Amino acid sequence: MVMDIRAQLSMSFNLDKCIGCHTCSISCKNIWTTRQGAEYMWWNNVETKPGAGYPLTWEDQERYRGGWEVADGNLRLKLIKGNKLRTLASIFFQPNLPTIDDYYEPFTYDYQNLFNAPAGDDQPVARPKSLITGDFMEKIALGPNWDDDFGGSPLYGSNDPNLKGLSESQKEMLTKFHKLFYFYVPRICNHCLNPACVAACPSGAIYKRGEDGIVLIDQDTCRAWRFCVSACPYKKPYYNWATGKSEKCIFCYPRTETGQPNACAHACVGRIRTVGVLMYDAERIQEIAKLPDEKLVDGMRDIVLDPNDPAVVEAAKKAGIDENWIAAAQNSPAYNFFKKWRISFPHHPEFRTLPMNTYIPPLSPILHQVKADRGGLFDPEADDFFNEIDKMRIPVKFLANLLSAGNEKVVMESLKKQMAVRIYWRQKRVGDIGEKAVKTALSSSGLTPQDCEDIYRINSLATYKERFVIPETHRESKSTVDPRTMYEKRGTIGFGTKKKELIGRQW
Amino acid sequence: MNIDNLLFGLMPYLFIVTAVVGTIYRYVANRYSWSSQSSQFLENKSLFYGSFPWHYGIILILLGHIIGIITPGSILSWNSVPLRLYILEISGLALGILAFIGLLVLVYRRLTDSRVKAVTSSWDVLLLIVLLIQVATGIANATMYRWGSNWYAASAVPWIWSILTLNPRVDYIATLPLITKAHIFNALIFIGLIPFTRLVHFLAFIGPIKYLFRPWQVVRWYNRDTQTENIVQYK
Repeated sequence: MVMDIRAQLSMSFNLDKCIGCHTCSISCKNIWTTRQGAEYMWWNNVETKPGAGYPLTWEDQERYRGGWEVADGNLRLKLIKGNKLRTLASIFFQPNLPTIDDYYEPFTYDYQNLFNAPAGDDQPVARPKSLITGDFMEKIALGPNWDDDFGGSPLYGSNDPNLKGLSESQKEMLTKFHKLFYFYVPRICNHCLNPACVAACPSGAIYKRGEDGIVLIDQDTCRAWRFCVSACPYKKPYYNWATGKSEKCIFCYPRTETGQPNACAHACVGRIRTVGVLMYDAERIQEIAKLPDEKLVDGMRDIVLDPNDPAVVEAAKKAGIDENWIAAAQNSPAYNFFKKWRISFPHHPEFRTLPMNTYIPPLSPILHQVKADRGGLFDPEADDFFNEIDKMRIPVKFLANLLSAGNEKVVMESLKKQMAVRIYWRQKRVGDIGEKAVKTALSSSGLTPQDCEDIYRINSLATYKERFVIPETHRESKSTVDPRTMYEKRGTIGFGTKKKELIGRQW
Repeated sequence: MNIDNLLFGLMPYLFIVTAVVGTIYRYVANRYSWSSQSSQFLENKSLFYGSFPWHYGIILILLGHIIGIITPGSILSWNSVPLRLYILEISGLALGILAFIGLLVLVYRRLTDSRVKAVTSSWDVLLLIVLLIQVATGIANATMYRWGSNWYAASAVPWIWSILTLNPRVDYIATLPLITKAHIFNALIFIGLIPFTRLVHFLAFIGPIKYLFRPWQVVRWYNRDTQTENIVQYK
């Protein structure tokens, strides 16, 4: 078997624990995107589901044409139908490019008016002001997280593309109060194995780093052709309208290279994020990306290799992967969630970019659905209490549309496992369920008692070092980065270093 | 000193040297600024009606001029049959008008859209004026003085070659009409503007052409030795 083993940093998100506080977004924003032209960018953002998202309805690829499709047995970019000449033909005007209005017009307020307004009969106000034109805005029509917490409402939630394929009774959640639900989906760049942004870049400015799989845009090579923005189905490359360069989440590589977690993950107050190493076989990327929708999740689990398999370790060493990376892969929470326990999923695998961040679907609202169907109170004595997953408040179909390309079976498996962990711990702590129920739950979900202990620990008690198993990068051995430029750039963020032109604007 | 000698004997070198030295300097010292500065992200409704006709019109016209410089004989022999001459002239004029219309839309867009205005530099304004003059004089040439493709190959091209071979022969174009001379001198200004404006983006066409032949994905290894080995591509 020919193997081309590579390492990949991967973040896992436990959606059950996300409280939608946006601390991740703020820490990311404060470090990377508080610059002119980047005000509207949220490399990390948190969306309410159901909801339209940011940019509006980004998941609707009939509109944006992001990602890949399979045609005649070959992968091709949906955007340009695989023909690169067509790319170049639309280089002067891209029909599918989102504009600033699909995100929002960045604004500030005229705070000085509060201090400087002349004496008058009315209180002075701070009117909103556009950060692009500097003009006053009539009103703010859109902002980051405009539909925050309005998920499940017919006004906002009904625009969610993931509602496709749900029955009318399931869609009642948008209108019936006792069926309402929402949850949050925090999003960063997925640092895909088969990135559409890289494949669409005519300048060759975007690349995947071989050592850690981080996808970056070479700022000196980007020529503002904007194809990455159109081609990425997650809309995670952003166009900086001031500098004329595209920018994206860099997985905080200056932090991860020294073993520190990403700013978003470090700041997360709910501790929903874990970061670890996955090892994968790059030879199989194409083959896996072409699988039919229902096989995509299993295919992606297949391409991720078992780091404890001696043959894999041997091959990884031969491929030049450092010892500390192999050791990290063996302790990787990302691997455990995604492949060992099979409870986390890639976001929209049907876009076929093989995204490398995974999400554990939320479980909590199930109980309330049971309660509602009983006509009121929740009855802990009921013996079917833990087994009514298919009656849960969030339709499994909705989660499957979001996380498994519509494959409800794998999502059910994850939910059952999460429920089995709860049954196991309830019996251990409270002891009112009975050993028999625990045995049934474990055998039907395929977990061992040790798995239940481990899943519980990583999701609730895990320390900083257990949640973030990030090996340091060996920059000291070889590096193509000139240390002198590193010195020059110390204290800057590496973006927007455009020098002043002879006449005119300064960015 | 004759004004023609100054404008068409000396100035070409000034502009060409500025363009070459300035472009190399910008590429080395400030590559980050090398961008088409697209404003489609801020306004994409009228852009289509400007950008498409402008770019396709002007690129084909420019290619025509370059073919004329490289092989003037091919133009002359193509034009030896009157029907073929008419086809060349009419399609050239049509493309010129197409580019002109596109340019007018682009200028209108820059003047009226407040967001686009916010990202417009003084260089952009200067560049638009130069381009407007260039296309307008080009169309005027094509309509007022018949069979420009023929006398372009016979007078302007030898002059260009005399400049390029460091033996300026201003007499080739000394007798051309004023509007043609304006067209030529404005073209020199255009060349001189390349390193200072967003015009550098058309020199980046190599990237997109390489794109046609490269694999989909690009992988770079930061711990491999040289820049060329560093960029490894997989299928």
